[in-house]
Amino acid sequence: MRLVVVGNGMAGSRLVSEVRARDKDAKITVFGAEAWQPYNRVLLSNVVAGTSSPDQVRLLDPRWYADHGVTVRLGVEVTAIDRDCQTVVAADGTREPYDVLVLATGSEPVVPPIPGVERATAFRTLDDCERIREAAASARSAVVVGGGLLGIEAARGLAGRGVPVTLLHLAGHLMERQLDEEAGLILRETLGALGVAIRTGITVSAIRERHVELAGGELIDADLVVLACGVRPVVGLARDAGLEVERGVVVDDELRTDDPSIFAIGECAQHAGRVYGLVAPGWEQASVVADLVTGADKGARYRGSRLVTRLKARSVELAAMGETQLTEDEAEIVRFSHRHNGTYRKLVIRDGRLVGAILLGETSAVGTLTQLFDRGGPLPGDRTGLLFPDLAGVGGAAVADSPTRMPDSARVCQCNNVTKGQIRACWESGARNVEAVATATRATTGCGSCRDAVEGIVGWLCEQEGVSA
Amino acid sequence: MKPPVSTIGSMPISLHAPGPVMSQASAGTAVGSATHCPYCALQCGMYVAKGEISPREDIPANAGGLCQKGWTAAELLTSPERLTAPLLHGSPVSWDEALDYVAARIEAIGAAHGPDAVAVFGGGGLTNEKAYQLGKFARVALRTSQIDYNGRFCMSSAAAAVNRAFGMDRGLPFPITDIARADAVLLAGGNVAETMPPFVRHLIAMRSGGGRLVVVDPRLTQTAKMADLHLQVTPGTDLALALGLLHIAIAEGYADLDYLAARTTGFEEVCTSVSAWWPERVERVTGVPVARMREAVRILGEAERAMVLTGRGAEQHAKGTDTVTAFVNLALTLGLPGREGSGYGCVTGQGNGQGGREHGQKADQLPGYRKIDDPAARAHVAAVWGIDPADLPGPGRSAYELLDALGTAEGPRALLLFGSNPVVSAPRAGHVARRLDALDLLVVSDFVLSETAAMADVVLPTTQWAEEAGTMTNLEGRVLLRRQAAAPPPGARSDLEILRGLAERLGCGEKFPADPRTVFDELRRASAGGVADYSGITYERIAAETGVFWPCPETAGEPHPGTPRPFLDGFATPDGRARLVPVDHRPPAEDVDEEFPLYLTSGRVLAHYQSGAQTRRIRPLTQASPEVFVELHPDLAERLGVAPGDRVRVRSRRGAAEGVARVNASIRPDTLFMPFHWEGVNLLTNPALDPTSRMPEFKVCAAAIERCAEDGERVA
Repeated sequence: MRLVVVGNGMAGSRLVSEVRARDKDAKITVFGAEAWQPYNRVLLSNVVAGTSSPDQVRLLDPRWYADHGVTVRLGVEVTAIDRDCQTVVAADGTREPYDVLVLATGSEPVVPPIPGVERATAFRTLDDCERIREAAASARSAVVVGGGLLGIEAARGLAGRGVPVTLLHLAGHLMERQLDEEAGLILRETLGALGVAIRTGITVSAIRERHVELAGGELIDADLVVLACGVRPVVGLARDAGLEVERGVVVDDELRTDDPSIFAIGECAQHAGRVYGLVAPGWEQASVVADLVTGADKGARYRGSRLVTRLKARSVELAAMGETQLTEDEAEIVRFSHRHNGTYRKLVIRDGRLVGAILLGETSAVGTLTQLFDRGGPLPGDRTGLLFPDLAGVGGAAVADSPTRMPDSARVCQCNNVTKGQIRACWESGARNVEAVATATRATTGCGSCRDAVEGIVGWLCEQEGVSA
Repeated sequence: MKPPVSTIGSMPISLHAPGPVMSQASAGTAVGSATHCPYCALQCGMYVAKGEISPREDIPANAGGLCQKGWTAAELLTSPERLTAPLLHGSPVSWDEALDYVAARIEAIGAAHGPDAVAVFGGGGLTNEKAYQLGKFARVALRTSQIDYNGRFCMSSAAAAVNRAFGMDRGLPFPITDIARADAVLLAGGNVAETMPPFVRHLIAMRSGGGRLVVVDPRLTQTAKMADLHLQVTPGTDLALALGLLHIAIAEGYADLDYLAARTTGFEEVCTSVSAWWPERVERVTGVPVARMREAVRILGEAERAMVLTGRGAEQHAKGTDTVTAFVNLALTLGLPGREGSGYGCVTGQGNGQGGREHGQKADQLPGYRKIDDPAARAHVAAVWGIDPADLPGPGRSAYELLDALGTAEGPRALLLFGSNPVVSAPRAGHVARRLDALDLLVVSDFVLSETAAMADVVLPTTQWAEEAGTMTNLEGRVLLRRQAAAPPPGARSDLEILRGLAERLGCGEKFPADPRTVFDELRRASAGGVADYSGITYERIAAETGVFWPCPETAGEPHPGTPRPFLDGFATPDGRARLVPVDHRPPAEDVDEEFPLYLTSGRVLAHYQSGAQTRRIRPLTQASPEVFVELHPDLAERLGVAPGDRVRVRSRRGAAEGVARVNASIRPDTLFMPFHWEGVNLLTNPALDPTSRMPEFKVCAAAIERCAEDGERVA
């Protein structure tokens, strides 16, 4: 099999390594428009924040391609697909024939058509990160345009570098696609306390030298302007080749386009009417295509993904999943809000299953909720434990219960199976300290962790004796 | 037979009863023979005198502590359930009759089907002498390649990973007392508070010195309750968790780059490979919140002295080798192994789980932790055994593959089994029982009629722990001396005597001495020059030094002091560097689905040991823990209408088992737990094997649960 992959981002590189893991012989050629080895886009905010170096976001070692017999063409753009000849044409004029072609062209940042926008830096690639980092080193002020996930992460990262940041957002509240209004408000206050000034309902009219101009004419200081206004799928190649394209390249459950030898995965693909902008769906899709094209699992199908959004911004804990904005009329809503404390928790439940959730400020429940959401597992009748797992009757170190309240049947020494009743009986036969109890019952002689408890019981019994005497 | 007595200086060393040894602690009161507990790998020091047990203070592992199993161990010495006569097809016969029968059947089966038609299965509780002799018996007397042991079900994943990383597999490559001085310990998949309670003394000492404990477990176990931080991982996802912790450690600058450059190879590739395991992704797979992962990394990363330890919970998976590798990678990235007071260790389980994996009862191994396919190793061992290296068989089947092949067209037709009870302890045990049933000959050496012995054509009643001498190598790699403390009941013979008796009948009796010290001296020669070199260790030295750490080669001049911390100056790899190896997470071999929507995991309880053949015959222990139970979360119980104490039935694709419901919020709502000390949970477990270690996936499979009606009928 001759496999050609267009796009060496997270979906494309994942596909290449998954195919190679299943098929040692396939001839694989991958084109990457960027000059970098594939890297983990999820971690770019960390690069801006300075918590990861560019080296640490690499997904494949430079040596990997040679070691695994994969031809990689970095910095070479594919300009056309000759479907009749099953060949792709690259910008340098080279032609590469394929039996199977996978498009993983990803998406590109939306650049709003406003004067001076060329002065702004998008936030999409490792090169963008380098530019932002360089500019941040000398910037006295920064503006981030766009209050979605990426914009917030960029703003938080810049604030963490000590640059005064203003975040401008068109919608009425932050992350309006993932959060309800109240969560958006609390998030805004949390970020505000971390040094990110936030303005919502704002339209930017121009980007000037050292300023951003708002619709009303107001100027905001900005030595550095970062654009995070969303992305759109890169579909030009597919469209020019005559493949069916709507918002993204239209694919079926096999991730196949309307040309059976061409697949599309990742952010350029549109499956069941949805285009995904997160990594997890792209990787699930890569795995399905690898199964299909290598024959490892001819029955593999992609059925859509459930989306969990986790904000990666230091000191801001936020998780959002599924349908978070349904109303009480449409679903069962469980909500806890403590704005003063920056805490907000919300469950959206339908037919006894979790279909959406928001956790802001404290996310100890996130693991459980994510898994219930992912698997559609049944929920407990009492929902409070889901919102407050730490109150659900467990947790905390083993502290000796008060000796007075402990029932006689309570096991005090686990290692030697000694109950409070046995210690009491031992005391009644004359033991007045831990050593005597240990000799008689072997309590405390195993791991020794019950020593305080035994001491407490003996002390309490001695006190009682004093009281009654 | 007269007890052999030798002296070091003026101190007499008696290996046999009565030979009382004075307790230092008790100021001259004779308290019995100084020996060790029959159960777990901690090998607590104890005195045994006339059926009374008391703890030894001079053995660092337990430092005067004992759990209930240890305190009550002597009850089995006088148990009415003790076997005292060989059984042939269920009827008592003389030893001559039994051994003649076994030898004749072995010869007939071997003659008809070749030497590999006779197999041997050993155990991680056998002394070093027995483990060694069993491996030699298989290769020299039977000339079969078909030998493996139940330690394959315990330590094989950790062993494979650690051999690859460090070039040497010594469970803890440091004395256990180092733990008390650590600032942080991460324990993944170990519940030492129940499996080896006196181990906890070291953790308590660490914590009272300001050190912090992180425990990874799907259950809030007794050990997790003591922890400063508990990561309640989804069963089968420890590998993803380890990758996530490593990702965070690198991203947050905790990687010890100088150490990595000077003492390791492979960091760069590993660093790249964990890029794909960013914390939020790991959170979704494991269910462990990102904030807790970060906290765990901070605790480890900021510690001056830190340790990463793994137990069976992380290891008993079809990806156990890679999981251990990921935790070793974490330890190496933090610069821990080979630094005094820090390191990676695996917490060995069975009594001689360490020594038992070193001296040749493993399918691919020869004494001294040598590889059976290494020509130099074959030449050395063959010379000690007085045979032609060409006559040594090659590697055989691993434990589950061996059991799975029994009685099949290509598999063995006879099995000699020592120190194991696979009908209870092997995965997919119902199938294993059917394979045992298909054999032409099953011979079991045991001191009680275990479930497996009950199936045997011939049962050979053997001596137990306190009735014989030998050496054990505990979880630290410290070789200990087990002294005889009681006379065996008339009619019981030691395994060494049994092997000699069979060897005599097979025409090579002279190669199989029955005296443990003689066998140990031969083991020393056979191990000389190997990774696990015991040649400088003698019974006298062990007694005088309360244990000697291997490797300890024999020297011409000053005796070698033994090696408490083998990696301080370099690792046991050819270039002296530790290897970081990139690994990737994958889901359990069998994930949950609509039909089997729950994870089932298995483990231990404090009152019992292994298959329970010993502890289920000791009254205080059966009172403490009388029966098999199923632990489930209150949310799940509510949904099923199960109340505490109800009988429930758990099913998997391989079988079903019943137990009493224990409803407990300490377990994840998507997970069931059953102890494996009774016939039950292993009827359900998944025999999917790790591709490297051949470890079965004991710790996770998909299951369903339902309440049983009072009359035993199922509730719809």
